[in-house]
Amino acid sequence: MSLLEAKHITKEYTGRTIIKDISIHLETGELISLLGLSGSGKTTLFQVLSGLTRPEMGEVFLNGREITGRPGAVSYMLQKDLLLPHKKVIDNVSLPLVLKGMKKREAREAASPFFAEFGLEGYQDQYPDRMSGGMRQRAAFLRTYLSTMVQTGGIPGLGTAGLTGTEPGSAGQDSAMHGAALLDEPFSALDTITKGQLHTWYLEMMQRIRLSTIFITHDIDEAILLSDRIYLMTGRPGVIEHEIRILPPREQRKKFNLTQEFLDYKKQIIHILGAAESA
Amino acid sequence: MKEKSENITRRLPAAITLVLIVVLWELLCFSGAVPAYMLPSPVAVVKAFAQDFPTLMFHAATTLQEAAWGLLTGILLAFMMATLMDRFVNLERAWYPLMIITQTIPTIAIAPLLVLWMGFGMAPKITLVVITTFFPIAVGLLDGYHSVDQDAVSLMRAMGANRVQIFRHVKFPSALGHFFAGLKISASYAVVGAVISEWLGGFEGLGVYMTRVKKAYAFDKMFAVIFLIVIISLLLIALVNLLRNLAMPWTAGREE
Repeated sequence: MSLLEAKHITKEYTGRTIIKDISIHLETGELISLLGLSGSGKTTLFQVLSGLTRPEMGEVFLNGREITGRPGAVSYMLQKDLLLPHKKVIDNVSLPLVLKGMKKREAREAASPFFAEFGLEGYQDQYPDRMSGGMRQRAAFLRTYLSTMVQTGGIPGLGTAGLTGTEPGSAGQDSAMHGAALLDEPFSALDTITKGQLHTWYLEMMQRIRLSTIFITHDIDEAILLSDRIYLMTGRPGVIEHEIRILPPREQRKKFNLTQEFLDYKKQIIHILGAAESA
Repeated sequence: MKEKSENITRRLPAAITLVLIVVLWELLCFSGAVPAYMLPSPVAVVKAFAQDFPTLMFHAATTLQEAAWGLLTGILLAFMMATLMDRFVNLERAWYPLMIITQTIPTIAIAPLLVLWMGFGMAPKITLVVITTFFPIAVGLLDGYHSVDQDAVSLMRAMGANRVQIFRHVKFPSALGHFFAGLKISASYAVVGAVISEWLGGFEGLGVYMTRVKKAYAFDKMFAVIFLIVIISLLLIALVNLLRNLAMPWTAGREE
């Protein structure tokens, strides 16, 4: 059973079909990406997966349970970091816990051990407007992560799904159920250098916290570097054109983008996307 | 500290202009270019202010009470209306035009009517202040609610937030800036609104006192009242700014 599975999704807006008969799946611990040109319906697919909008056809399952059109089951990080300017970073990231009924103070306590893990040490009491794009993005990641933890019962004092102790990093593995996170172009707003740093940081962190994620990107290099599998989306209406598995394990991808293998993947992707566009 | 000295530098031109105007005014009166019965000199006004101080304070207390109760009711009413209008679109369609119409009615025209209906006590004055103050706040809040980032609302929904939580964590805080902008305007209207309604009937209050000294042609006293009204209004605006900074600490050190 897949962690998250979408079957034959079709979504229309005002009579126009945006995505058509899309089926994708995400396995536990996996990191997959949706790669495609703008307008291929990637964000629409995310809105369906997150339950924010209901598809005309098809179903979404999380851990085998149907969640079509029901928000709150899958965490979703939108394209903008959307840190609330009126909340300190600690209150921004612990918001998912507060929304589930935790007291503000308890939520802060539960969230603060993760600040070091996410490279946010010392930023707890800052307001987001005073932070750089890279730091804001880290905070948004942490909020998404905590949101996933909440959904899977991985936060003590919230929910009952079997879990003992939550040292940072181990929480994801201990959880009885796994959560899924959808990240919509999480790195696109950053400059090249910050982006590179965050890619490295992200790969390292994903080894420790094993968050299962789908992310949207239109950056081919980024997709090859970070993913286990890539779904190539094309066309209007958007369809899944192809699926590519990136074979080298994620832990061994430090200099991956300098290898011939990497270039071969890139050629293949450009070829497929190019062919689809000219067709 | 640096911010403070910058603050002073920024306000210096206004202060100098004000001082120059007062000096010019005094010179005009002192030289006899303008007769004293038409325009009292600043010195005469200050003297009148000092002599009348206890009387002025007595009337100011009444006016301030009317302004405060009116403003508080106005805020409450504006908050309820704006929030309901934001929640129910049809309510907004029904009420918004009416709200505008209430603003086009001249205050001076309805004040006597209010006195007729409610008597010479505080009630008609408070009502008039409510009518003048609730509009800028309601419109400010409504604009604030509408200006909320829809993506932030989507994010909240994806995190499983309900309508009340979305209001509390996203909508209301993002409307606060607009609310205080409206409140600042309303605070400056509140005292003037109370004074105008006192002109048309009443036993105490700065407006009542103003008509009294006007009838006595005591223009120095008249000016003293005007200055007191200005000072009170400025203090109220300063209070609103203070509250704004307390309520919105994340904007500290930022210009509006």
